[in-house]
Amino acid sequence: MEKVRIIEVKESIFADNDREAERIRLQLKQEKKFLLNLMSSPGSGKTTTLIRTIEALKDEFRIGVMEADIESSVDAEKIAATGVKTIQIHTGGMCHLDAGMTEQGLKELGTEDLDLVILENVGNLVCPAEFDTGAVKNAMILSVPEGHDKPLKYPLIFTVCDVLIINKIDVLPYFDFDLEKVREYAQMRNPNLKIFPVSAKTGEGMDDWNSWLRQQVNDWIQ
Amino acid sequence: MHELGIVFHIIKTIERIGDENKLIKVSEVTLELGEVSGVIPNELCDCWNWAVKKTERMKNAKLLIEKIPALTFCESCKETYATVQYGRICPFCRSEMTYLVQGSEINLKEIKAC
Ligand SMILES: Nc1nc2c(ncn2[C@@H]2O[C@H](COP(=O)(O)OP(=O)(O)O)[C@@H](O)[C@H]2O)c(=O)[nH]1
Ligand SMILES: [Mg+2]
Ligand SMILES: [Zn+2]
Repeated sequence: MEKVRIIEVKESIFADNDREAERIRLQLKQEKKFLLNLMSSPGSGKTTTLIRTIEALKDEFRIGVMEADIESSVDAEKIAATGVKTIQIHTGGMCHLDAGMTEQGLKELGTEDLDLVILENVGNLVCPAEFDTGAVKNAMILSVPEGHDKPLKYPLIFTVCDVLIINKIDVLPYFDFDLEKVREYAQMRNPNLKIFPVSAKTGEGMDDWNSWLRQQVNDWIQ
Repeated sequence: MHELGIVFHIIKTIERIGDENKLIKVSEVTLELGEVSGVIPNELCDCWNWAVKKTERMKNAKLLIEKIPALTFCESCKETYATVQYGRICPFCRSEMTYLVQGSEINLKEIKAC
């Protein structure tokens, strides 16, 4: 009979994933590649914003996209139409991507000839926030129709993100959405959060967001 | 599904620890689960019982859950109160300047094995 042992672990179940993510980030730094993780609820405008950003930056950076939003493969086709390299990551019904799946995706995409990779994460505000993907920066989109109290309902995602894009500001007149309240609530959770109000539809505000991203990529890959 | 993803991560972590410690059979796994971790204990156990059957080492492992109550601290009056009962507005001074001090944990506490 083997002796029964008790092994004390006392660690978050995300710890292994965090270590894997850190390793991916180190490798991205060595290889001079920038990975952006883009998160939001379904329909907030990830794909639409991405297409605008690709159009603005594709002459400066070699861009690739990993599409993990399970809703449809239409997104991947729309992005492929911009001419950048795109793959669809199959999450197997999972509600998030972890570091291992992201690394698998990067291999499949092939990053040798890329500077900037954008990951469109699975559409929800809970699970993707818990799993570090290894991305250099994390951005989330909150759209006007979703309401300004989201930072209170989903605090974690606001603390892990570097950027909050507030999308669909073209419909502000039709919604009871208080931009100042979002700023207040979101920065209460994360004082360093950068906030960019945009309309991916009209293009309003997109320049500020694109400039921020351009700066981040240049700082990382130089 | 959220709980299944969580279970896969726990299993992966235990497999790693099992390799490092040369464990043959795991009989019990204790998890600390915060009250507002977003994980539903019953669903977690269902997923656990289904998923461990596919492993050699954890086939019959029991999952024990120790709950951690959620507590919120108020910046304004420095009081601590029960999060689930009162939410994000301080019941002592009505301030919104509050933050969670515990209750979001999903920790692997210990493993019983041979
Ligand atoms: N009015 C308005 N609609 C938008 C804007 N951005 C995206 N949409 C629409 O919102 C819907 C969802 O957008 P999509 O980019 O697919 O969201 P995703 O699920 O986050 O990728 C589509 O019908 C878009 O046309 C915007 O800035 N203003
Ligand atoms: Mg999309
Ligand atoms: Zn108070």
